[in-house]
Amino acid sequence: MPIDMELEAVLRPMQYPMPPYPPKVIVLANGKKMVVRQAAREDVPAILKSVHPCLFIERDYYDIVSARVYGELLAWYRYRVKSEYCLMGQVDGYLVGIVNGRLENEKVGMSYHTLAIDRGLRIGSHLFAAKMEYHMEYMNQDEVLIVAESPIGFRRWMIEYPLEATKIPHELGGGDSYRLTRDIYFKAKPRLVVGDRPVPQELMNEAMLDIKFADDDTIRERIAGLKGR
Amino acid sequence: MRDVAIIGAGMIPFGRRDEDTLMEMLADASLKALDDAGLGDQSVDAVYLANMGGGMLQHQSSIASSLVDRLSLLPAAADTVENGPASGASAIKNGLLAVASGYYDYVLVVGGEKMREVTGWRATDFVATMTHPQAEYPYGITLPGMAGMFTRLYMEKHYVTREHLLAVSLKNQEMGTLNPYAHVEMALDREGVFDSPHAIVNNPTSADPLHLYDLCPVSDGAAAIVICPLEMAKKLSRPPVLIAGFGQATDTHTLQERDDPTDLKAVTLAAQQAFERAKLKPSDIHVAELHDAFTILEIAESEHVGFFKKGEGGKAAAAGKTRLGGQIPINVSGGLKARGHPVGATGVAQVVDIVWQLRHELPKNRQVKNAQNGLTVNFGGFGNNVLAFVLKRVEQ
Repeated sequence: MPIDMELEAVLRPMQYPMPPYPPKVIVLANGKKMVVRQAAREDVPAILKSVHPCLFIERDYYDIVSARVYGELLAWYRYRVKSEYCLMGQVDGYLVGIVNGRLENEKVGMSYHTLAIDRGLRIGSHLFAAKMEYHMEYMNQDEVLIVAESPIGFRRWMIEYPLEATKIPHELGGGDSYRLTRDIYFKAKPRLVVGDRPVPQELMNEAMLDIKFADDDTIRERIAGLKGR
Repeated sequence: MRDVAIIGAGMIPFGRRDEDTLMEMLADASLKALDDAGLGDQSVDAVYLANMGGGMLQHQSSIASSLVDRLSLLPAAADTVENGPASGASAIKNGLLAVASGYYDYVLVVGGEKMREVTGWRATDFVATMTHPQAEYPYGITLPGMAGMFTRLYMEKHYVTREHLLAVSLKNQEMGTLNPYAHVEMALDREGVFDSPHAIVNNPTSADPLHLYDLCPVSDGAAAIVICPLEMAKKLSRPPVLIAGFGQATDTHTLQERDDPTDLKAVTLAAQQAFERAKLKPSDIHVAELHDAFTILEIAESEHVGFFKKGEGGKAAAAGKTRLGGQIPINVSGGLKARGHPVGATGVAQVVDIVWQLRHELPKNRQVKNAQNGLTVNFGGFGNNVLAFVLKRVEQ
């Protein structure tokens, strides 16, 4: 498709500078090591392959969350969203979860979504915590606006941190935003934010080599199967 | 009184069965048990159905009446039995007494629960309805909360440590990976849930000192058995398993009224009755399914039924004495901890697992070698209504 760069200059939103998120490694309950690292824009087509099978899973609102993540990442890839980023979790090179968000402005972050592709290991909790860590500790923001689209998300974010209710609309268009402040974040950090840095080189190499994906049936079984926890 | 044997056993995989109704689960498990019994055209005389939450969670009552019609077992007698998490064993007891008395010959006992239809909070609240309606429930007590307080006291009085609880958790989740009927088929790693600083997120405190992996999951599931007089059972092709003894005892509704809240008198009494009726002792048991809704309960029950002295159960678990191949293998199925705990199904599922053990039908990695006698303990309330069964292999 031809791209008119003169027009693109109008269509593409401005981008705030964002420092890199330094990768970390987390030991999961099953002993596997999850590398959490920042995705590059070039990773998006590959990541979308793992998001795609989740579009058709009704359980726990995976369909709506996945559809939105798909759109958000595509918008990032095609330069149609302002200051978006994506962090991902990989185990043995396999993608097991994605979180994304963006900067509303230099001091306010807008949390988008958390999508755990493997379940029962608190991958979503770890990745959401990494997202908040990025906003608060690396981008030095004052607050992050957050909504939940599933009861699990509500329990994990609004209650576990606990977040502060506001009347501020969230750009996802659902319920009003909840807010993570610096004070809330640093109080919650000792019990919710973990990870070791630097990531051992061999683990980092494995994660960077290529993003591996479970096949669609495996992803569906992990999320919506009988043993889905 | 006639001797009573189990001639059929069936279970459906436990888990999160969004696609199945409660009735479908009960029917599936029943058909598996009936097929296993090989009764052919012979129907059953009665059905005892264990369920705790159908009225609250599914807004459904008279479940046993519905099941007999669905299974074309009319005009069999049908009763629903509700005794909290001990409903399964209570239903088996009712079936046992009915057959032993001579009133019925062939009885189907089935237990099932569909708990994942509601959020975890609602499920926890539903289970908490078994607490005292004036002295406990209004103050926000939950079963995990009660278990947390019990654990703290038990640790102080009987030298149980978090290492001991961890040993139970690791063992049962490891066994769950070998059991296709288990809800949780994930082995835990000591570093990930205990040693690493990351464990604070992986295995957070649920009800201090209990952590996430000290608790059983909330599950959907169903299990069933078919029983008949031993003399009739001997004519069938399957090796019968004799219900050699049963016991049931109750205790105060509230924990606070007990002289010693760590003394699970109903467990001791139920097990003693079962052993006496079976003319066996704890050391004669080769495999046991104990009600480990919380890891502490496996340890406490292993002491109260007489496998270990008070204060020794935790150490025994940590030393591997309760593993497959150990002194007394406990919860080789994965227990409630990994198989799951659909409350109405649990007591029946425990018996189904022991039947499979005593028939020597399980794969090598789960089979207790040459098991002849087994024990189940189904723990209702917080030990205020407990049933125990001693089962015995009958050589054809």
